[in-house]
Amino acid sequence: MSAAVTESAQISQQPARRQPVGLVFCCTILGAAAQILMKTGANHMAEPGLLAMATNLPLMAGYCLYGISTLLLVLALKDGELSLLYPVIALTYVWVTILSFLIFHDSINSWKLLGIVLIVAGVAVLGKGGKR
Amino acid sequence: MKTPVSNMLLVLFASFIGSFGAVFLKSGAEQVRQGWLYLFISRKAPFFNWRLATGVALFLISSYFFVQGIRQGELSVLYPMVSLGYIWTLLWSRIFFKEPLTRVKFFGLFLIVAGVFFVGMGSK
Repeated sequence: MSAAVTESAQISQQPARRQPVGLVFCCTILGAAAQILMKTGANHMAEPGLLAMATNLPLMAGYCLYGISTLLLVLALKDGELSLLYPVIALTYVWVTILSFLIFHDSINSWKLLGIVLIVAGVAVLGKGGKR
Repeated sequence: MKTPVSNMLLVLFASFIGSFGAVFLKSGAEQVRQGWLYLFISRKAPFFNWRLATGVALFLISSYFFVQGIRQGELSVLYPMVSLGYIWTLLWSRIFFKEPLTRVKFFGLFLIVAGVFFVGMGSK
Protein backbone atom coordinates (compact mmCIF):
# COMPACT_ATOMS: atom_id res chain seq x y z
CA MET A 1 0.00 0.00 0.00
CA SER A 2 2.74 2.45 0.93
CA ALA A 3 4.57 1.63 -2.30
CA ALA A 4 1.47 2.54 -4.30
CA VAL A 5 1.12 5.82 -2.40
CA THR A 6 4.75 6.87 -2.98
CA GLU A 7 4.51 5.97 -6.63
CA SER A 8 1.40 8.05 -7.26
CA ALA A 9 3.01 10.91 -5.34
CA GLN A 10 6.06 10.72 -7.60
CA ILE A 11 3.96 10.61 -10.72
CA SER A 12 1.91 13.62 -9.64
CA GLN A 13 5.11 15.66 -9.43
CA GLN A 14 6.09 15.23 -13.05
CA PRO A 15 4.32 17.34 -15.64
CA ALA A 16 2.39 14.99 -17.93
CA ARG A 17 2.65 16.20 -21.51
CA ARG A 18 0.70 13.40 -23.05
CA GLN A 19 -1.67 10.90 -21.64
CA PRO A 20 -0.24 7.51 -22.49
CA VAL A 21 -3.34 5.55 -21.45
CA GLY A 22 -5.45 7.69 -23.80
CA LEU A 23 -3.01 6.98 -26.63
CA VAL A 24 -3.23 3.22 -26.04
CA PHE A 25 -7.02 3.61 -25.96
CA CYS A 26 -6.91 5.07 -29.52
CA CYS A 27 -4.45 2.34 -30.45
CA THR A 28 -6.96 -0.38 -29.48
CA ILE A 29 -9.76 1.23 -31.53
CA LEU A 30 -7.48 1.32 -34.59
CA GLY A 31 -6.36 -2.25 -33.90
CA ALA A 32 -9.96 -3.47 -33.74
CA ALA A 33 -10.85 -1.62 -36.97
CA ALA A 34 -7.79 -3.25 -38.55
CA GLN A 35 -8.96 -6.73 -37.51
CA ILE A 36 -12.46 -6.09 -38.89
CA LEU A 37 -11.01 -4.86 -42.20
CA MET A 38 -8.71 -7.87 -42.43
CA LYS A 39 -11.63 -10.20 -41.76
CA THR A 40 -13.66 -8.44 -44.47
CA GLY A 41 -10.70 -8.71 -46.83
CA ALA A 42 -10.25 -12.41 -46.07
CA ASN A 43 -13.95 -13.01 -46.73
CA HIS A 44 -13.65 -11.39 -50.16
CA MET A 45 -10.54 -13.28 -51.18
CA ALA A 46 -11.30 -15.81 -53.89
CA GLU A 47 -7.95 -17.62 -53.90
CA PRO A 48 -4.91 -17.42 -51.64
CA GLY A 49 -1.64 -15.94 -52.84
CA LEU A 50 0.53 -12.86 -52.46
CA LEU A 51 -0.91 -11.01 -55.47
CA ALA A 52 -4.46 -11.59 -54.28
CA MET A 53 -3.44 -10.21 -50.89
CA ALA A 54 -1.64 -7.16 -52.29
CA THR A 55 -4.63 -6.16 -54.42
CA ASN A 56 -7.12 -6.73 -51.62
CA LEU A 57 -8.05 -3.23 -50.52
CA PRO A 58 -9.66 -3.96 -47.12
CA LEU A 59 -6.78 -6.28 -46.19
CA MET A 60 -4.15 -3.66 -47.05
CA ALA A 61 -6.12 -0.95 -45.25
CA GLY A 62 -6.16 -3.25 -42.24
CA TYR A 63 -2.38 -3.60 -42.33
CA CYS A 64 -2.01 0.20 -42.60
CA LEU A 65 -4.22 0.72 -39.55
CA TYR A 66 -2.11 -1.82 -37.67
CA GLY A 67 0.96 0.21 -38.60
CA ILE A 68 -0.60 3.44 -37.30
CA SER A 69 -1.75 1.73 -34.12
CA THR A 70 1.79 0.43 -33.48
CA LEU A 71 3.06 3.98 -33.96
CA LEU A 72 0.66 5.25 -31.31
CA LEU A 73 1.75 2.47 -28.97
CA VAL A 74 5.38 3.54 -29.36
CA LEU A 75 4.49 7.16 -28.60
CA ALA A 76 2.59 6.02 -25.51
CA LEU A 77 5.46 3.81 -24.31
CA LYS A 78 7.81 6.76 -24.61
CA ASP A 79 6.11 8.46 -21.69
CA GLY A 80 4.36 5.64 -19.86
CA GLU A 81 5.09 2.44 -17.99
CA LEU A 82 5.03 -0.80 -19.96
CA SER A 83 3.51 -2.78 -17.08
CA LEU A 84 0.60 -0.34 -16.97
CA LEU A 85 0.02 0.19 -20.70
CA TYR A 86 0.43 -3.27 -22.19
CA PRO A 87 -2.63 -4.87 -20.51
CA VAL A 88 -4.79 -1.96 -21.75
CA ILE A 89 -4.40 -3.46 -25.25
CA ALA A 90 -6.96 -6.06 -24.13
CA LEU A 91 -9.58 -3.38 -24.87
CA THR A 92 -9.22 -4.57 -28.48
CA TYR A 93 -11.28 -7.64 -27.50
CA VAL A 94 -14.09 -5.34 -26.39
CA TRP A 95 -14.21 -3.35 -29.66
CA VAL A 96 -13.86 -6.46 -31.83
CA THR A 97 -16.74 -8.18 -30.00
CA ILE A 98 -18.98 -5.14 -30.38
CA LEU A 99 -18.00 -4.44 -34.01
CA SER A 100 -18.36 -8.05 -35.13
CA PHE A 101 -21.80 -8.09 -33.55
CA LEU A 102 -22.77 -4.93 -35.46
CA ILE A 103 -21.11 -5.76 -38.79
CA PHE A 104 -20.97 -9.56 -39.10
CA HIS A 105 -23.95 -10.19 -36.80
CA ASP A 106 -21.86 -12.53 -34.65
CA SER A 107 -23.73 -13.61 -31.56
CA ILE A 108 -23.25 -11.89 -28.22
CA ASN A 109 -23.94 -13.96 -25.12
CA SER A 110 -23.72 -13.44 -21.38
CA TRP A 111 -20.16 -14.85 -21.20
CA LYS A 112 -18.90 -12.33 -23.74
CA LEU A 113 -20.81 -9.57 -21.97
CA LEU A 114 -19.29 -10.53 -18.61
CA GLY A 115 -15.84 -10.62 -20.21
CA ILE A 116 -16.31 -7.16 -21.74
CA VAL A 117 -17.41 -5.70 -18.40
CA LEU A 118 -14.40 -7.22 -16.60
CA ILE A 119 -11.92 -5.99 -19.22
CA VAL A 120 -13.36 -2.47 -19.12
CA ALA A 121 -13.24 -2.52 -15.31
CA GLY A 122 -9.62 -3.70 -15.38
CA VAL A 123 -8.62 -0.97 -17.82
CA ALA A 124 -10.43 1.60 -15.67
CA VAL A 125 -8.46 0.41 -12.63
CA LEU A 126 -5.17 0.67 -14.54
CA GLY A 127 -6.12 4.04 -16.02
CA LYS A 128 -6.94 5.44 -12.61
CA GLY A 129 -3.69 4.07 -11.19
CA GLY A 130 -1.76 5.67 -14.04
CA LYS A 131 -3.13 9.18 -13.61
CA ARG A 132 -0.54 11.85 -13.01
CA MET B 1 -14.25 -30.09 -29.17
CA LYS B 2 -10.92 -30.77 -27.53
CA THR B 3 -7.96 -28.45 -27.73
CA PRO B 4 -4.79 -30.12 -29.04
CA VAL B 5 -1.70 -29.58 -26.87
CA SER B 6 0.24 -28.47 -29.95
CA ASN B 7 -2.18 -25.56 -30.41
CA MET B 8 -1.85 -24.58 -26.76
CA LEU B 9 1.93 -24.57 -27.13
CA LEU B 10 1.71 -22.44 -30.30
CA VAL B 11 -0.43 -19.83 -28.55
CA LEU B 12 1.76 -19.88 -25.43
CA PHE B 13 4.82 -19.41 -27.63
CA ALA B 14 3.08 -16.53 -29.43
CA SER B 15 2.31 -14.80 -26.13
CA PHE B 16 5.91 -15.28 -25.00
CA ILE B 17 7.38 -13.83 -28.22
CA GLY B 18 4.85 -11.00 -28.13
CA SER B 19 5.82 -10.02 -24.58
CA PHE B 20 9.43 -9.65 -25.73
CA GLY B 21 8.16 -7.59 -28.66
CA ALA B 22 6.66 -5.21 -26.11
CA VAL B 23 9.96 -5.03 -24.22
CA PHE B 24 11.86 -4.09 -27.39
CA LEU B 25 9.17 -1.58 -28.36
CA LYS B 26 9.44 0.07 -24.94
CA SER B 27 13.25 0.24 -24.98
CA GLY B 28 13.15 1.48 -28.58
CA ALA B 29 10.52 4.09 -27.69
CA GLU B 30 12.86 5.56 -25.10
CA GLN B 31 15.35 6.29 -27.87
CA VAL B 32 12.87 8.00 -30.17
CA ARG B 33 13.62 11.65 -30.84
CA GLN B 34 10.98 14.29 -30.53
CA GLY B 35 8.50 13.85 -33.34
CA TRP B 36 7.28 10.66 -34.90
CA LEU B 37 9.04 11.38 -38.18
CA TYR B 38 12.20 10.19 -36.45
CA LEU B 39 10.62 6.92 -35.41
CA PHE B 40 13.27 4.57 -36.72
CA ILE B 41 16.20 6.94 -36.37
CA SER B 42 17.79 6.76 -32.95
CA ARG B 43 19.72 9.43 -31.07
CA LYS B 44 22.93 7.48 -30.78
CA ALA B 45 25.01 5.51 -33.27
CA PRO B 46 24.22 3.37 -35.27
CA PHE B 47 21.24 5.79 -35.64
CA PHE B 48 18.89 3.14 -36.94
CA ASN B 49 16.55 2.24 -34.10
CA TRP B 50 17.05 -1.52 -34.25
CA ARG B 51 15.19 -2.02 -30.97
CA LEU B 52 11.94 -0.70 -32.47
CA ALA B 53 12.52 -2.75 -35.60
CA THR B 54 13.10 -5.87 -33.48
CA GLY B 55 9.93 -5.15 -31.50
CA VAL B 56 7.83 -4.87 -34.67
CA ALA B 57 9.42 -8.04 -36.09
CA LEU B 58 8.68 -9.98 -32.88
CA PHE B 59 5.04 -8.80 -32.98
CA LEU B 60 4.73 -10.05 -36.57
CA ILE B 61 6.26 -13.43 -35.67
CA SER B 62 4.00 -13.65 -32.63
CA SER B 63 0.85 -12.94 -34.65
CA TYR B 64 1.85 -15.68 -37.13
CA PHE B 65 2.07 -18.29 -34.34
CA PHE B 66 -1.12 -16.93 -32.78
CA VAL B 67 -3.09 -17.37 -36.02
CA GLN B 68 -1.66 -20.88 -36.47
CA GLY B 69 -2.55 -21.70 -32.87
CA ILE B 70 -6.20 -20.57 -32.83
CA ARG B 71 -7.04 -22.41 -36.05
CA GLN B 72 -7.98 -25.45 -34.02
CA GLY B 73 -9.21 -25.81 -30.46
CA GLU B 74 -11.41 -24.03 -27.98
CA LEU B 75 -11.02 -20.28 -27.68
CA SER B 76 -12.01 -20.50 -23.99
CA VAL B 77 -8.76 -22.41 -23.47
CA LEU B 78 -6.60 -20.54 -25.97
CA TYR B 79 -7.58 -16.91 -25.27
CA PRO B 80 -6.54 -16.97 -21.59
CA MET B 81 -3.16 -18.28 -22.74
CA VAL B 82 -2.82 -15.18 -24.89
CA SER B 83 -3.50 -13.01 -21.89
CA LEU B 84 -0.68 -14.79 -20.08
CA GLY B 85 1.42 -12.51 -22.28
CA TYR B 86 0.33 -9.61 -20.05
CA ILE B 87 1.74 -11.46 -17.04
CA TRP B 88 5.09 -12.11 -18.76
CA THR B 89 5.21 -8.44 -19.66
CA LEU B 90 4.59 -7.46 -16.04
CA LEU B 91 7.62 -9.56 -15.08
CA TRP B 92 9.84 -8.12 -17.81
CA SER B 93 8.80 -4.54 -16.90
CA ARG B 94 10.01 -5.23 -13.38
CA ILE B 95 13.25 -6.91 -14.46
CA PHE B 96 14.30 -4.72 -17.40
CA PHE B 97 12.78 -1.32 -16.63
CA LYS B 98 12.59 -1.46 -12.81
CA GLU B 99 8.93 -0.47 -12.91
CA PRO B 100 7.16 -0.75 -9.55
CA LEU B 101 4.62 -3.56 -9.24
CA THR B 102 1.73 -2.03 -7.37
CA ARG B 103 -1.45 -3.54 -6.00
CA VAL B 104 -3.43 -1.48 -8.53
CA LYS B 105 -1.56 -3.09 -11.42
CA PHE B 106 -2.13 -6.61 -10.10
CA PHE B 107 -5.82 -5.93 -9.55
CA GLY B 108 -6.33 -4.35 -12.99
CA LEU B 109 -4.44 -7.18 -14.66
CA PHE B 110 -6.46 -9.81 -12.79
CA LEU B 111 -9.73 -8.26 -14.01
CA ILE B 112 -8.45 -8.11 -17.61
CA VAL B 113 -7.20 -11.73 -17.64
CA ALA B 114 -10.53 -12.89 -16.19
CA GLY B 115 -12.35 -10.79 -18.80
CA VAL B 116 -10.37 -12.28 -21.69
CA PHE B 117 -11.16 -15.75 -20.29
CA PHE B 118 -14.90 -15.06 -20.36
CA VAL B 119 -14.80 -13.53 -23.85
CA GLY B 120 -13.09 -16.77 -24.92
CA MET B 121 -15.78 -18.82 -23.11
CA GLY B 122 -18.48 -17.04 -25.08
CA SER B 123 -16.66 -17.40 -28.42
CA LYS B 124 -17.18 -21.15 -28.96
